[in-house]
Amino acid sequence: MAHEHRDHDHPHGHPHGSDLTPVEARVRALESLLVEKGYVEPAALDALVEMYETKVGPHNGARVVARAWTDPAFRARLLSDATPAIAELDIGGRGGEHMVVVANAPGEHNLVVCTLCSCYPWPVLGLPPVWYKAPPYRARAVIDPRGVLAEFGLHLPESTRITVWDSTAETRYMVLPERPAGTEGWDEARLASLVTRDAMIGTGLPKSPEQAA
Amino acid sequence: MNGAQDLGGMHGFGPVRPEPDEPVFHAEWERRVFALAMAMGFTGTWNLDGSRSARESLPPAEYLASSYYAIWLRALETQIAAHGLASPEEMARGISDAPARPVGRVLTAGILEPRFRAGFPSDRPSQGPARFAAGDAVRARNLHPVGHTRLPRYVRGHLGRVERVHGAFVLPDTNATGAGENPAWLYTVAFAAAELWGPDADPNQRVMVEMFEPYLDAVAA
Repeated sequence: MAHEHRDHDHPHGHPHGSDLTPVEARVRALESLLVEKGYVEPAALDALVEMYETKVGPHNGARVVARAWTDPAFRARLLSDATPAIAELDIGGRGGEHMVVVANAPGEHNLVVCTLCSCYPWPVLGLPPVWYKAPPYRARAVIDPRGVLAEFGLHLPESTRITVWDSTAETRYMVLPERPAGTEGWDEARLASLVTRDAMIGTGLPKSPEQAA
Repeated sequence: MNGAQDLGGMHGFGPVRPEPDEPVFHAEWERRVFALAMAMGFTGTWNLDGSRSARESLPPAEYLASSYYAIWLRALETQIAAHGLASPEEMARGISDAPARPVGRVLTAGILEPRFRAGFPSDRPSQGPARFAAGDAVRARNLHPVGHTRLPRYVRGHLGRVERVHGAFVLPDTNATGAGENPAWLYTVAFAAAELWGPDADPNQRVMVEMFEPYLDAVAA
């Protein structure tokens, strides 16, 4: 349970024991107050957390990628107008209202960043990892993407052009990686198991059949 | 504003440190801050640009020393007080000592999934024709507004080329302060790495930046 250590029946923020850190005490007081004021509903808060911990995540984006790998007409729709194409899989909404999908190709690699904050395509990838929101990645992805990729273990040849997409507006970017070799005849579900979160940010590649075995 | 949020191109932060099998949240209080920020945003008292503006208005030293959800928490408290929804004293004690101020709407568990699935689009009908087309040469304006902007420092004054025309979108600069949505044409603009970072830059790299029309000047062909 998300709130096994919490007490929703305790609306007035009475002393909750001395084991709380200052930030925990501050957040608990704030939540009690906002519930008491009627601005937020506790059940909605729990549902928000559950939604982004269990339902919205990179498994959604992996389905989109696998569909694009197996259905050329879908791939064409995805690359020309991504939001309605992704909605065909019943995926979309908050943080993904204006999706753009960019395709890797031989000699072409794409990388997504948000230098100004943490913009990230929530419906397909979920909430961003800490490193995506932290200064090292935001600072260097635009000036030294090859060096950043090397830190992820991805060493691209100098002949591969790198295009970095800085998410400075409400458009949200996802990378369509290349389909791994040796996957001929695989169905969508099996292909989706190769698609990692990092492959859809551009900081990684999909797993090979050998890596997935 | 030229704040600590505008990180593109800075040095000295060290390597990127991915965390294997990273959880969505790292502590219970992070879960609650995320949910509170989402739910309070839903009341319509402020908008997403206002939230970003509040976060990046932290003093630079504090911004850089704070964890992500600590920044969210500080900004949330600031906005709640600034919009008169509760006083700092009430927030510190966790006890209401004044009547609630009416809010536009309250997020309930029953409407969460359909409402978030529908999303909150930022595109708007255009107020006039687009000034630029794909392929046009443009220069990022050298602007340094003290308020919110989505024009990163690292492109200001630099020459680029329009890659894509997205349509008209809410302009963050005015929307953040409640001064209106002022829909503006939004473009993807391509910058060669050497244009941004000089002759030592990777010759086989480019950066695409989403740019609103008021951030751009025309360049003679």
